[in-house]
Amino acid sequence: MTASTPVAEPTGGAGSVPSPRAGGSLRAFVKGGGLVRWTGRTGALIPVLALGFILAVLVVEAIPAIRYNGLHFFTKSIWDEGTGYNSRIVTTNGVKHLTGADYGALPEIAGTLITSAIALIVGVPISIGAALFIVERLPRRLANGVGIFLELLAGIPSVIIGLWGALTFGPFIAHHITPVIARNMPDVPVLDFFRGSTGNGEGELTSGLILAIMIIPIVAATSRDLIRQVPILPREGAVALGMSDAQTARKVTLPWVGAGIVGAVVLGLARALGETMAVAMTCGVALGAVSSNIYGTMTTIAATIVTYLDTAFLDGSGFAVRTIAELALILMVITLAVNVAARLMTRRVSGTPLPIGAGF
Amino acid sequence: MSGAPPQGLARTASGAGLWPSVSRRRRAGNWVFWALCLVALALVITPTLWMVAGIIGRAASHFKFSVLWTSTNNLTGGLRQPILGTVVITFAAIIIGGVISILTGLYLSEFSRHRGERSILRGGYEVLAGIPSIVLGYVGYVALVVDLHWGFGLLPAALVMTVLVIPYVTKATETSLAQVPTGYREGAEALGMSTSYTLRKIVLKAAVPGIVTGALVAIAIAIGETAPLIYTASFSDLAPSLHLTHQALPYLTYLVYFFSSLVQPVNSANILANDAALVLLVLVLVLIIIGRLIAARARRHAES
Repeated sequence: MTASTPVAEPTGGAGSVPSPRAGGSLRAFVKGGGLVRWTGRTGALIPVLALGFILAVLVVEAIPAIRYNGLHFFTKSIWDEGTGYNSRIVTTNGVKHLTGADYGALPEIAGTLITSAIALIVGVPISIGAALFIVERLPRRLANGVGIFLELLAGIPSVIIGLWGALTFGPFIAHHITPVIARNMPDVPVLDFFRGSTGNGEGELTSGLILAIMIIPIVAATSRDLIRQVPILPREGAVALGMSDAQTARKVTLPWVGAGIVGAVVLGLARALGETMAVAMTCGVALGAVSSNIYGTMTTIAATIVTYLDTAFLDGSGFAVRTIAELALILMVITLAVNVAARLMTRRVSGTPLPIGAGF
Repeated sequence: MSGAPPQGLARTASGAGLWPSVSRRRRAGNWVFWALCLVALALVITPTLWMVAGIIGRAASHFKFSVLWTSTNNLTGGLRQPILGTVVITFAAIIIGGVISILTGLYLSEFSRHRGERSILRGGYEVLAGIPSIVLGYVGYVALVVDLHWGFGLLPAALVMTVLVIPYVTKATETSLAQVPTGYREGAEALGMSTSYTLRKIVLKAAVPGIVTGALVAIAIAIGETAPLIYTASFSDLAPSLHLTHQALPYLTYLVYFFSSLVQPVNSANILANDAALVLLVLVLVLIIIGRLIAARARRHAES
């Protein structure tokens, strides 16, 4: 319904012409949807204002940190508040900080990217394979039942997944799986990343695998819904050309919804990049150092923020909190870029809108 | 689409007997492909079952229903205050966020005709959905708790959760309003109903199942959030009260981590952590089931 269409007033009176009587025009305003319209517009502004507020707070807090930390922030591996016996607050370029404060977020940024990469490498094939099997091989009723698992996985709080990762899954792979891999991996440039000490299950690989599990619901559920929409005719055509149904799935069905699946994958990436508790509980939160192999403890931006923020407030100069703001800003810029890219991509290529968040 | 045709395809593919060797290779390839897909599905289901079994298994040995209403006392007791805290925070967030979201969705779907305005408003809430929850927590802590001197409390926690909830409900509102058939609106207009009456009684009413399902998802997400609450609600063993600021309050997800054996060596605390995880799991399951029931009911109504 378009609001501009004059609505016939059964009671006579106002109609679309403003009445001289104030009561009448108010009634017309209310009945014609003017009131709803203006309240709606006010309400609709709130999310945008909230977004602006969040961005403003982050930028204002981060500017001193950006000025003091400079570009080295992206290349150094160090986390030093400068606290110590003779630390005092000094001012450099108008930025207050403790003497000797030195920050470099390379471990955080690298850790975020590496764990998310592991999540994609492991999680995406599993999600797409599972989605294909659900649509093409399972009867509808069973497919619905399996759908509950996806919703449940999406709904289990990340702190519970983290607890499972730290208490059950991490130790399990550290005892039974990673030692075997580490022993048998050849000592060649890329693969030696998989060699060496496997630790106790807290570290990069565990976090990456936990993230893989966490992106599965969004990627699998979206892929499943997309695959269901592929029309039967092109698939029948593929069969008529002599393709087996595996070939049909690979060469016709998946490419048909390719853009949408890529969008879902990128959305899953955004979730992996921003996930906090599950990673903080399984990565070991090692500030200021990059792990030498894939099993070592590490940290991500989100895990650093959540574990370090209250300590950062002990910094009397307030600079540690500003540095955290810079970290948060970096994380936000990365995830937002990824998110917007996913939505633009799918909006341009296919009509299916992407879901929001965890992928219910 | 899932039932008959693919099996038909399978017969066509493997049943061609003209070139046996090719056929065998194709059949093997086919078999391997679907076996891999089945493995993938198993890899989705196994961790889920493993987690659920873990939660139930850890809690089952000592779970008593009385834990639900026994008071928390430092590291012992029950879950009364954390449950209340989670409920109150989530309730506040879904009420505030729900109103904002329904207004936003309504305006976007029914009123906004300016393309630029629409893309700004819609972009706004979609971008909001992409903000990592810990960033929300940081902003809530720095801006609300510290700079505004609110201290830890219900108000900052609820506001941060509101921002978290908005995208889900807005998206659901907008989508389900867009799915209300144009015929409903045209019919209402032909009957001479006013715009506001049509909106209230016809359009919104038809969209209610979709909005409620979206709200349930949002509630499930809000119940499970930890990171934004750690620095806005903090923790205490006080029950939530009318003090909106300067009173830290407990919530279930806090216990799951900070009372677990990862952090607390005290056995009674670990027991509470396990119970909290079980309660959260049950809550999420109930929400999922209610959501499915509503969706199924709405489908039946739409078909009949």
